[in-house]
Amino acid sequence: MHIVALKMLVGNRAKYFGLVFGVMFATLLMSQQVSMFIGILDRTSSQILDISEADIWVMSPEMSYADEIKPMPEFELYKIRGAEGVKWAVPLFKGMMSIKTFQGKLQQIILMGVDNQTLIGKPPKMLAGKWENLREHNAIIMDKSGWDYIWPNRPLELGIEIELNEKIAKIVGICQSSPPFMTSPVVFTQFKNVRKYVPSGRKHMSFVVAKADDGFSPIEVAENISKKTYLQALTSKEFQWRSINHYLTKTGIPINFGITVALGFIIGAIIVAQTLYIFVIENIKQFAALKAIGVTNNQILVMVLIQTAVVAAIGFSIGIGLAALFFESTAHLNTMRGFYLLPEVVMGTALTIIVIMLIASYTSIRKVMSVDPATVFRN
Amino acid sequence: MSEFIAKAENIKMFFHSDNEKTQVIHDVSLKIPSGKITMLVGPSGCGKTTLISILTGMLKPSSGEVFYKDKKISSLSENDKAILRRKEFGLVFQQYNLIETLTAAENVAIPLLADGMDFNNAIRHAVRVLQTLDLGNRADFMPSTLSGGEQQRVAVARGLVHNPNLVVCDEPTAALDAKNGKNIIALLSKIAKEKHKSVLIVTHDNRIFEYADLIIHMDDGRIEKEENKPGTQIEK
Repeated sequence: MHIVALKMLVGNRAKYFGLVFGVMFATLLMSQQVSMFIGILDRTSSQILDISEADIWVMSPEMSYADEIKPMPEFELYKIRGAEGVKWAVPLFKGMMSIKTFQGKLQQIILMGVDNQTLIGKPPKMLAGKWENLREHNAIIMDKSGWDYIWPNRPLELGIEIELNEKIAKIVGICQSSPPFMTSPVVFTQFKNVRKYVPSGRKHMSFVVAKADDGFSPIEVAENISKKTYLQALTSKEFQWRSINHYLTKTGIPINFGITVALGFIIGAIIVAQTLYIFVIENIKQFAALKAIGVTNNQILVMVLIQTAVVAAIGFSIGIGLAALFFESTAHLNTMRGFYLLPEVVMGTALTIIVIMLIASYTSIRKVMSVDPATVFRN
Repeated sequence: MSEFIAKAENIKMFFHSDNEKTQVIHDVSLKIPSGKITMLVGPSGCGKTTLISILTGMLKPSSGEVFYKDKKISSLSENDKAILRRKEFGLVFQQYNLIETLTAAENVAIPLLADGMDFNNAIRHAVRVLQTLDLGNRADFMPSTLSGGEQQRVAVARGLVHNPNLVVCDEPTAALDAKNGKNIIALLSKIAKEKHKSVLIVTHDNRIFEYADLIIHMDDGRIEKEENKPGTQIEK
């Protein structure tokens, strides 16, 4: 009876396409929006994860997430280094700046000032030049998104000079860095250069990143640092989740995405439920005839479930395909950096579609199961 | 072998609606002879359709018993009743009830598919039955492209494809012109004679009464009289 079920389904083209469209729409909307949401949350902590050498972040106690900077006096660095279990600790600057090309083009950037000696905090992946070149006089490394913003379609080139706070800086490398929450490009320089490039203020140490010594856990060392200083010390994981939680609880981002995902779920479920119900109602006499002929309720149930499963599989495949196509076709855009269709999202969407199909088919299945076969004898 | 393939004993049927109780079948007993054509006749609304629904196990009577080959139908589960209908009964409906999205052969093959036969075999059987009804060249046609007479013959083929022992037809000529109507009944009559199948036809079309071995007249939910065709011996 499986073939009969499939022929009944595809024979009614309008209803069949309506059902497939409903599932496709729900799949596309949910998978695309959830992936975007996860991508945005990832961005809020991408720079924490980029500095993989460190496992402890120390910052001003008032700070609650990675983009809220309150600089600390530099003498705190020595107190941190003196805390029990600290293997090493280095300063890190992070701040918003503007750069200007000699052609007059302005671009806002995130400036990262990394440790002069170790260069901890350096970019994770170089595309042109070497990160060691950062030790050169007035050297900066710019990420590729910055290059593309300022010089779109121009091949990567080293040695170009730009202005940072009316001071000359020379591009000695192009790197690939994880996209930050703000889409601004990231530029790296030595910590000592920060004083020159940042226009005002006495304090420039945004963070101290540290490593726990052998035999000490990062949590233990973070506690030791907090006790020894008035500062806030968190493990990388704790800081990452604190930043994510900030955006989850203090911004409208989850509500916006939540509403869109919920709309995908609700509209998808309504379209599928309504179309499936109309499909069943239109075929109710035929289902009654099948029951009269001797098709059992279990066979009818399997028929409806096969129809539902086929619609779900086709609609889901097209919807996921379109979502993948969206991310693939926008991957080259700077604004879309860091957004991917994650396997977990594909799995989650598949499970949600199964739930939608079960909810949507429940009423139809009840209707079909309860249809009286004797109705075929009535006109 | 029993002389009667099915029988009903003291069937009463009430329908309830809005605190009203209407009796539509009044203490009806009847026997369907084996290998004969029995016609259940009477005016519209006299309870014929309700009675065949009860005889085929689709409706449960308020009281009384229905037996198929001495098997009490009321003792069967809904699933077993469906299986009994699938294996033993061939049903032909007034409105044909063909599935519009299936070809004629696929429609005919449904009882075989429901019984677990594989698709290709079932279609082969269905085409063979359609050929015996002169519809071999219409096997791949969709129902909407067939005439009323052809659709009814497809419905008959669906009722016969699984070689049932009792063919139950509900007003099989009602939607057909006189010629097509007679052709259908002649065909059913031939099958009953040649294959010793029992046929129960519900009708009020007196043009086809001549084909009946036994005519059971119903009115107002009661059996008024039973008439044997001259020369037909049916044991009471």
